[in-house]
Amino acid sequence: MNYTVPHLVLPKIERLHELDVYLANGGYQAYRKVLELSPEQVIEEVKRSGLRGRGGACFPTGLKWSFMPKGSDKPKYLAVNGDESEPGSFKDRQIFEFNPHQLIEGILIAGYAMGITKAFIYIRGEYHKWIRLMERALADAYARGLVGPKMTETFGGSYWLDIVVHKGAGAYICGEETALMSSLEGDRGYPRFKPPFPAQKGLWGMPTTINNVETLATVPAIITLGAERYASIGAAGHPGTLLYGLSGHINKPGIYELPTDTLLVDLIYKYGGGIPGGKKVKAVIPGGSSMPPLRGDEIDGVVMNNEDLKKYGTYIGTAGIIVMDEDTDIPRVLLRITRFYHHESCGQCTPCREGCGWMEKILRRIVDGDATTEDLDLLMSVAGQIEGNTICALGDAAAWPVQGFLRKFWDEFAARVKPRRTFVPLNVVHGRRATRATLLPS
Amino acid sequence: MEHTLSFMPEERAEIERLKSLYPHPKAALMPVLWMAQKKWGWLSEDVMRVVADVMQLPYAHVLGVARFYTMYFKKPMGKYHIQVCTNVSCMLRGGEELYERLCQKLGISHGEHTPDGRYSIEEVECMGACGGAPMIAINEDFYENVTFEDVQRILETLP
Repeated sequence: MNYTVPHLVLPKIERLHELDVYLANGGYQAYRKVLELSPEQVIEEVKRSGLRGRGGACFPTGLKWSFMPKGSDKPKYLAVNGDESEPGSFKDRQIFEFNPHQLIEGILIAGYAMGITKAFIYIRGEYHKWIRLMERALADAYARGLVGPKMTETFGGSYWLDIVVHKGAGAYICGEETALMSSLEGDRGYPRFKPPFPAQKGLWGMPTTINNVETLATVPAIITLGAERYASIGAAGHPGTLLYGLSGHINKPGIYELPTDTLLVDLIYKYGGGIPGGKKVKAVIPGGSSMPPLRGDEIDGVVMNNEDLKKYGTYIGTAGIIVMDEDTDIPRVLLRITRFYHHESCGQCTPCREGCGWMEKILRRIVDGDATTEDLDLLMSVAGQIEGNTICALGDAAAWPVQGFLRKFWDEFAARVKPRRTFVPLNVVHGRRATRATLLPS
Repeated sequence: MEHTLSFMPEERAEIERLKSLYPHPKAALMPVLWMAQKKWGWLSEDVMRVVADVMQLPYAHVLGVARFYTMYFKKPMGKYHIQVCTNVSCMLRGGEELYERLCQKLGISHGEHTPDGRYSIEEVECMGACGGAPMIAINEDFYENVTFEDVQRILETLP
């Protein structure tokens, strides 16, 4: 493929989703190139490229691949995470629609590097149309012997793998890697404890790697360009390009593939066409609803990659940017976000299951004007006690926006609450301390 | 167990094919539930018992899985199931108002269907179409950047 930076994942080529067009533009050549290397060399190449996972955690992909046991005769699986349910994210959908073969080629490369027996592409159930598109692309690839047992004839060598598309059914939690595995196995999407990590004990107890769709779709570009060239694109700490999603109060919402050293103000004003009505920015969520927000007055100079965003107490997440204009009711936005996490909590861990409900109730009080100053402290306290106390990161994802919005927009919340609650005088009898003594066994 | 409902032989063959895609046949439960929902419209107890039978799984497991995922209907829905997103990006662009006006127009609320069984409505979480907010989905099709008037027009053109 002839890549022109920054269009690596979504090259600007007409009808690229068709296999013939993809092949005519040098498709599946990256995989041929990979076959000349040893699996270890492929992993090394991905490591040197500095590629980091696109699902939100930004974990170095090459390192993750290297965790898979070598030379084991157990079957190994690759789960491709296309659950994409983070509010503000709609990037993987573009890959399924406009460049599905690059994803398949990325899966072949990852499969060769790790010795994968079978790959499963888990796509959220709401994406009926995109599941059909992906299945069609996969069927075309199978028919040409680019996937499946015929790979040995097409490409030579002895390596081949099968790819299966698996349809979800509407559960945000299945985007969490261990919940995705539970769901794939035919169970409820409950996250599992780590360790054991998926690379030791994943799908059906076998070594498994879970990668995001965008991560894998980037791999053929890395192989084609070479690790050094790829590492030189964008910011040094988090190189490459990202599929930035712009939504909310923005004139030109959509997906923009840009290098990771792109400025947030450029994304909003240069690419996104600014705010409708020429209004000011009040808040920006940089990477999907679980990431703490940025205030409108601090977006100047913000570079949109994980390392730079850390300085502002937030992360790149899935690069789903939600812009809010000056008239936005921040407590209502936070209530909506928290309601989402309450709805999507799987219910395994008490802090998350109950805590998200409490946070929703308190925020409802704040929005309705029934809350007091103590409620703000209570909200912070509940969020703090969910964070880090759950099996998976959904608890953190629910707590971070609450903490982030409260920290950055405290005045706005404080203006919505009454100074203190007026208590009904204590009932004399029930307030008596001696009451407790009589309940204890003598 | 005797059921009044059953899968046709070709559907049974499809189920066997689905099972063979995974190292363990249990993994085919979600695709088979999708098949059942497509065939019978929703997952009644009878349907779930049929699924449990073909999957050789306890009914309780099938029920547990069906209830965990919001897209499996546990009660009958309309011929046209309207899903309105009200999550952040859509909310900022009027998704909530759109949902309320639609509920009013159809005279139903979340998870209900009209008496004639034509429409049902559901307030859904993010559908991954934030760039096209506000959005609705009718059955399997997405409609993005829609106003209340657009939706009215779309509903009128449905057969």
